[in-house]
Amino acid sequence: MFASLASILRNDRATSVFLLLLTVVTVLASLANLLFPEGSALHVSTYTLGLLGKYMTYALLAVAVDLIWGYCGILSLGHTAFFALGGYAMGMYLMRQIGNRGVYGDPVLPDFMVFLNWDTLPWYWHGFDMFWFAALMVLVAPAILAFVFGWLAFRSRVTGVYFSIITQALTYALLLAFFRNEMGFGGNNGLTDFKDLLGFDLQANTTRVALFISSAVALAAGVIACRFIISSRFGRVIQAIRDSESRTRFIGYRVDNYKLWLFVFSAMLAGIAGALYVPQVGIINPGEFAPINSIEAVVWVAVGGRGTLYGAVIGAFLVNYAKTYFTIALPEIWLYALGGLFVISTLFLPQGVVGLMNKVMQRKQEARV
Amino acid sequence: MPQTRITPLALMASLLRNCLRRTPSSVRQLILLTGLLIALPAHALAADKPIADTPNVDQTNIEVDAVEDVDPPISFESLLDPLAKASFSEKEKVVDMIVEEKFSGSRKVLAAFLDNALYFDAQTGQVLIISESEGQEDSYFDAISGDALSGYSGDAKKIRTNNGLRKKLRGAIARFDLDDDNAVVRLGAIKQLRDDPDDEIMPLLREQLKDETNEEVIEQLTVTLAIFDLNSDDADVRLSAVQRLDGELGNDVYNRIKILTEEEQDSQVKSAALSVMTRIEGKRSFYAGLETTFFGLSFGSVLVLSAIGLAITFGVMGVINMAHGELMMLGAYTTFVIQQMMPDHIGLSILLSIPAAFLVSGLVGIAIERGIVRFLYGRPLETLLATFGVSLILQQVVRSIFSPLNRSVQTPEMMSGLLRINEIFAITYNRLYILIFTLIVFAGLLLILNRTSLGLKVRAVSQNRQMAKAIGVRTDRVDALTFGLGSGVAGIAGVALSQLTNVGPNLGQSYIIDSFMVVVFGGVGNLWGTLIAGFGLGIFNKILEPYAGAVLAKIFILVFIILFIQRRKQGLFPQKGRAAEDH
Repeated sequence: MFASLASILRNDRATSVFLLLLTVVTVLASLANLLFPEGSALHVSTYTLGLLGKYMTYALLAVAVDLIWGYCGILSLGHTAFFALGGYAMGMYLMRQIGNRGVYGDPVLPDFMVFLNWDTLPWYWHGFDMFWFAALMVLVAPAILAFVFGWLAFRSRVTGVYFSIITQALTYALLLAFFRNEMGFGGNNGLTDFKDLLGFDLQANTTRVALFISSAVALAAGVIACRFIISSRFGRVIQAIRDSESRTRFIGYRVDNYKLWLFVFSAMLAGIAGALYVPQVGIINPGEFAPINSIEAVVWVAVGGRGTLYGAVIGAFLVNYAKTYFTIALPEIWLYALGGLFVISTLFLPQGVVGLMNKVMQRKQEARV
Repeated sequence: MPQTRITPLALMASLLRNCLRRTPSSVRQLILLTGLLIALPAHALAADKPIADTPNVDQTNIEVDAVEDVDPPISFESLLDPLAKASFSEKEKVVDMIVEEKFSGSRKVLAAFLDNALYFDAQTGQVLIISESEGQEDSYFDAISGDALSGYSGDAKKIRTNNGLRKKLRGAIARFDLDDDNAVVRLGAIKQLRDDPDDEIMPLLREQLKDETNEEVIEQLTVTLAIFDLNSDDADVRLSAVQRLDGELGNDVYNRIKILTEEEQDSQVKSAALSVMTRIEGKRSFYAGLETTFFGLSFGSVLVLSAIGLAITFGVMGVINMAHGELMMLGAYTTFVIQQMMPDHIGLSILLSIPAAFLVSGLVGIAIERGIVRFLYGRPLETLLATFGVSLILQQVVRSIFSPLNRSVQTPEMMSGLLRINEIFAITYNRLYILIFTLIVFAGLLLILNRTSLGLKVRAVSQNRQMAKAIGVRTDRVDALTFGLGSGVAGIAGVALSQLTNVGPNLGQSYIIDSFMVVVFGGVGNLWGTLIAGFGLGIFNKILEPYAGAVLAKIFILVFIILFIQRRKQGLFPQKGRAAEDH
């Protein structure tokens, strides 16, 4: 593992720079928050830290999307389904942690179940009082869904646009399902009012910093893992599938299996992102399943530049920063800006911001020569 | 007035007679008492003088009123006046008496009472009818004479009603309506009595049946009487009533027969009731099935309408247009705008909206094609993203222009209302028209694609772009026109949708996933497939809904399609031949 990390750092300059930058930002921001008092010019507010942490989870989701879209040509318009499932698994753990501090004070049942007059915990809520089980479910739940769905879809060679449309249908169906109170996931209010995580108060500053650092670590680990997969033999086949699926198949590779495992891995990454997202924003509701969210995630990748991983991260940060800025400063403009971004990035920036930067750098180099 | 003179004895006798004839009641006793109080002192003055000669003394005037009231013994006024302060049970008795006396204008008063339009003046105690009509000032009428009271400015208080009283009032009005010359009014009255039967009215209905000539009214009368006769003590009467009710579909009939099958003692009646019930049940489930099918077709027609434009842009051209829903939204807003321009001609505005919406959405579609899509041919995933961006922009444009709130488009009169086939099967006109409209649009598109030179070129380009180009088809123009055609049809779909739901910026979003599902399910590039898939999914959905609920039904459908595409990814009706490989 360390050897491969070293080889990545040696051979892949862009990723190394990105990882270095990520580390520096994370360390500096955390220190600035903890060491300098509020009001100091160097202080980074907890709010900003929370925002950065949220962006990092989005970035991890973007990396998951980029892994399958940029390297394997699978455009999933339902990736937030996995993100939300991971989020719900974490949310269920956090709900159980509330214990008898809820509004109704029931030691076992979450508030919404008491409200619905349920007297026992549904079977699928058992075990979520243990962190290790919830953490496992963060990975397993999206993985199972991705496995079943991918197994069906790839085996029948559903590709391209068709795949995109049915993934959209999948997340839409889940959206409708989670809106139902009978599902036992809090209906349209979702899960919220979380108190603490592993015994640490979620409102405490140090917990927020820890969550922020965890998000950064998860993002870095995600990028390294993806990099590792792509530079492996497995990854070569994956890229071959992207470039010519039938040819790869005719050479003798089991294309379906390759795609399936990549898809499952990507879903697990999205699940982790969701699990880190929920404690930082403090709520998870069915709105996270909305197809538009999935499409937005694809746009982050498209804007950043697909097939580079760090491009996805850049895209996620850029677009989400713009969203935060516009929705507060100029709410009417935001949809114009986002829509325009879709159009412009597909028409004029097929390689995204990263492609643009590369081009500019190349020109400079040529000019120097 | 035959009687000009009055003796207290005669008065008392007549009042007592009236009192005994009817059920005794507090109101009645009250009136009796006041009558006596008025009459006794009056008698002292009037004992040996003819009334015509009586000087204008106050008491005498009162007596004159009383005299005139003797036959009919109770005046309308004396019944109405205490209403304001009466309890609900007293009011009910007053209603009973009004029905019995049949004063002229009583129906009007009762109807006003039912509509909560009956008032009394707090100072004078005068009873008023206030009719409110939209856009005009309230008009006031005297309840007893029916005269309009122009310039009334008193303190009118409402005479309150409650549920029991309103039920009573409906029955009372029905009694008046039974004598109406208009058969429709009589029919309504009988239906009312059928819903709220009371024992007293049944003999009246039997009388009515003898003189009645209108067949529909006779039918309704016999059914109502038969339902009543089910309670008869005579087994033969019950038997013939059960036989009369054979094949009737109403809920009341069904419930009564069902009770009869459980509680009936007489074996002959019971067996008759059982066989009648099975027949009724069979008929009812047949119509219920018919209704489900119609609702399914109606829902399907919305699906087909929204998907059929997509079947052209996606199916024929292979372009994923995520802004399709927003083109429908534009069509709906076009309808709204045109209706705002001509608020007096709702029906005409809808008709004009069809070509207008086609043009608006079609032109926007062509602009999208020329501005964006044409640079992205052969890159479907990029097209998807770019058009999604367009959809966001269009939504925001509409929000900026028309506000984010929903707008409602009025439905012309000929499209509102129900077409009632029988008691349990009714079709709403707007859904029926939209179903027909869908079929017309579909036929029109089919004609364009199969019978015009544009259609020929569209098919040529979609099958083999290079070859079409080689033989001189201007492919880029065809592309633009095809895209415009598909977008224009989306606009037309928007006109239809504006008749079913509110028009808002999110109108399109809610249909886009469904539309894609229909096109993919039906088989890309196949208009017939879209039609059958749309109607099929619509009916399937409505069959599932009663068992699973609307949301779960939708989830089932989505999962079903996802699984179906795994099995047959070319849809129900796959394209054949070389062109199929490109999709």
